[in-house]
Amino acid sequence: MITALLVMILLAILLGLVLGYSAIKFKVDGDPMVARIDAILPQTQCGQCGYPGCKPYATAIAKGEADINQCPPGGDAGAKALAELMGVEFKPLNEEHGIQKPKSVALIDESTCIGCTLCIQACPVDAILGAAKQMHTIISSECTGCELCLPPCPVDCITMEPILESSETWKWKYPIYNIEKIGKV
Amino acid sequence: MLMQIKKIFKFNGGVHPDGNKAESTHLPIARLPIPKKLVLPLRQHVGNIAKLKVKIGDHVLKGQMIAEADGNISASIHAPTSGKIIKISEEVVPHPSGLPDFCLTLEPDFKDQWIEKKSIQWKKLDSATLIQTLTHSGIVGLGGAVFPTHMKLKINKTQSINTLVINAAECEPFITCDDMLIRERADEIIQGALITQSILNAKHCMIGIEDNKIEAFQSLTKAAKKTSIEIKVVPTIYPSGDAKRLIYLLMGIEVPKEKRSIDLGIQVFNVATVAAIYRYIELGEPSINRIVTVTGNVKTPQNYEVLFGTPLPELIKNADGKETKIDKFIMGGPMMGFDLPSINVPVTKAMNCVIGSSPELFLPPKPVMPCIRCARCADACPVYLQPQELYWFSKSSQLEKAIDYNLFDCIECGCCTYVCPSNIPLVQFYRYAKSEIIAEEKAKEAANTARERNEFRLSRIEREKKERAERNAQKALGAQEKQATDEKKLAISDAIKRVKKNQQENIKNKNE
Ligand code: SF4
Ligand code: SF4
Ligand code: SF4
Ligand code: SF4
Repeated sequence: MITALLVMILLAILLGLVLGYSAIKFKVDGDPMVARIDAILPQTQCGQCGYPGCKPYATAIAKGEADINQCPPGGDAGAKALAELMGVEFKPLNEEHGIQKPKSVALIDESTCIGCTLCIQACPVDAILGAAKQMHTIISSECTGCELCLPPCPVDCITMEPILESSETWKWKYPIYNIEKIGKV
Repeated sequence: MLMQIKKIFKFNGGVHPDGNKAESTHLPIARLPIPKKLVLPLRQHVGNIAKLKVKIGDHVLKGQMIAEADGNISASIHAPTSGKIIKISEEVVPHPSGLPDFCLTLEPDFKDQWIEKKSIQWKKLDSATLIQTLTHSGIVGLGGAVFPTHMKLKINKTQSINTLVINAAECEPFITCDDMLIRERADEIIQGALITQSILNAKHCMIGIEDNKIEAFQSLTKAAKKTSIEIKVVPTIYPSGDAKRLIYLLMGIEVPKEKRSIDLGIQVFNVATVAAIYRYIELGEPSINRIVTVTGNVKTPQNYEVLFGTPLPELIKNADGKETKIDKFIMGGPMMGFDLPSINVPVTKAMNCVIGSSPELFLPPKPVMPCIRCARCADACPVYLQPQELYWFSKSSQLEKAIDYNLFDCIECGCCTYVCPSNIPLVQFYRYAKSEIIAEEKAKEAANTARERNEFRLSRIEREKKERAERNAQKALGAQEKQATDEKKLAISDAIKRVKKNQQENIKNKNE
């Protein structure tokens, strides 16, 4: 009887220690919900949702302050994924915030650029290279296509170019042959 | 029967399509004359695009490296003949997309002048040195996978190779390039196999060949007489040439889905690949040509030894293809190949076979009917997948479910499509689903970098703000100090003035 009691007490202490330890060791930083919402958002950082970036929008959704259909780059598919995560009903993209466009990257017309550095200051992902009075250029692999660099440019030398399909980004869609009749000429 | 089938292990499923191989094996391998121009894509292999080593106007010799492997997973490109580089441009390449890719255009001078060829004393060198030299050989898997060969020879310290398997199965209908190569050059293959075996330090070497290639089997046996290489005959069943299926047929070893054969001490090379290794090591000739089967609706189906970069029309012209009705060309076999986007493409390292297709040879697809869940596809699948489920998930874009049902284990062999009574183009759906998933992964990765870069930028702005604030505080402090010192200086100069004045007054007083 006493041994049984002792065993149980010992077990309780042990498990308590394990739980206490793991609570410290595996502590989750920040709000895990925000991170999960942020993982769905496209990270274009364009601000069309009405927040200064994807993370702030994610925080607002988590707090219940923002709706799930305000992100144009994410489109309907993004809204659907958010609805599923939040357990709310799906709503199509609210077009007040903008419409979903094909993915593009910014291109600077390097002969017109005056090197004013205004676009560098606008780019949320530091995708523009250049120094004062020097020609600027965009690292297109890092550009998210947020269009934030367009309005500040005083000489309108930045345009958005849709990403064309290349042999690297190409996706399968072709039919294959009717192989049932091989050789039965 | 001449060949004796030793104990083999039959894999699940598989199909028996008509071989259509006899047509292209009547004539020996022919050599195509040097064409007027050669178009060489810089991406003829799996991995990074090769780096240019020449510029327009350069004169190059046959076998000279004109583009270098970029990183480990990449392969070099060599000039297939001597001549001048006249163009660097985007051209249509033999890819199902029909999209252009970077190519070099070489104008031959018809002297066919070699670089200095050096044979390598492989018996005296260690594996690491040999693998290092092979990175410059341009050799890739010539069975169609075009994976850089030197990468397949690299073994990490924890692994060791027990068996080298040479794949001579050639199970896909219509294709006979390996068959003809073995018939005519079995010695090169055996020599290449011995070199490869020594580099891998493999105890055994085994060649697997289908029982429909009697002549090839005989010449292999003859060539391998004085060696320990074992030649094993496997039954003719598609897809016996798939590496994991061949390993099972030969040894009864099943490679688990999450593992590669190398983890079990087995490595597989195609016959043409080991022959290329022989030519590079013993003769000093890099990879500049290959054997291509030209068959289907052409007058004289035959195998040709073709320089890479040869425009396909030259090849078709030689097989008298123009005179018959051809509506399109298929690259590879009818099971796994694809329609060429245009006839104006160059021959590449991946091109093992070109079939002139016509509506009579391959009937137009029959109307597709709904899946009746007969499970014939599952019975035929050599990978033990459930094609009907994969089809359902791919069709309805439930991509995660498709992944759960092991979509990425599918080898796209087409057995399921072949047996489906509802004529569903199943593989087409799997290819679509796979490339969708890969594109999504890439988008996720790009989003992750964008998030990191944005966070980095925000923290940088934050830091700069703090630094500026600190600087301002410092300045304010500096100003105060300056004021303080100014006051001190003033006091001192006042004092000095006073002293001077007193002194002067003293002198005055004295004088008086
Ligand atoms: S609209 Fe979408 S992509 Fe743009 S900042 Fe908001 S969440 Fe990010
Ligand atoms: S370069 Fe322009 S469009 Fe691209 S991420 Fe920067 S600000 Fe946005
Ligand atoms: S063979 Fe065709 S019809 Fe039968 S279960 Fe498979 S996909 Fe469905
Ligand atoms: S194509 Fe894929 S699913 Fe179909 S039989 Fe081959 S391995 Fe199985």
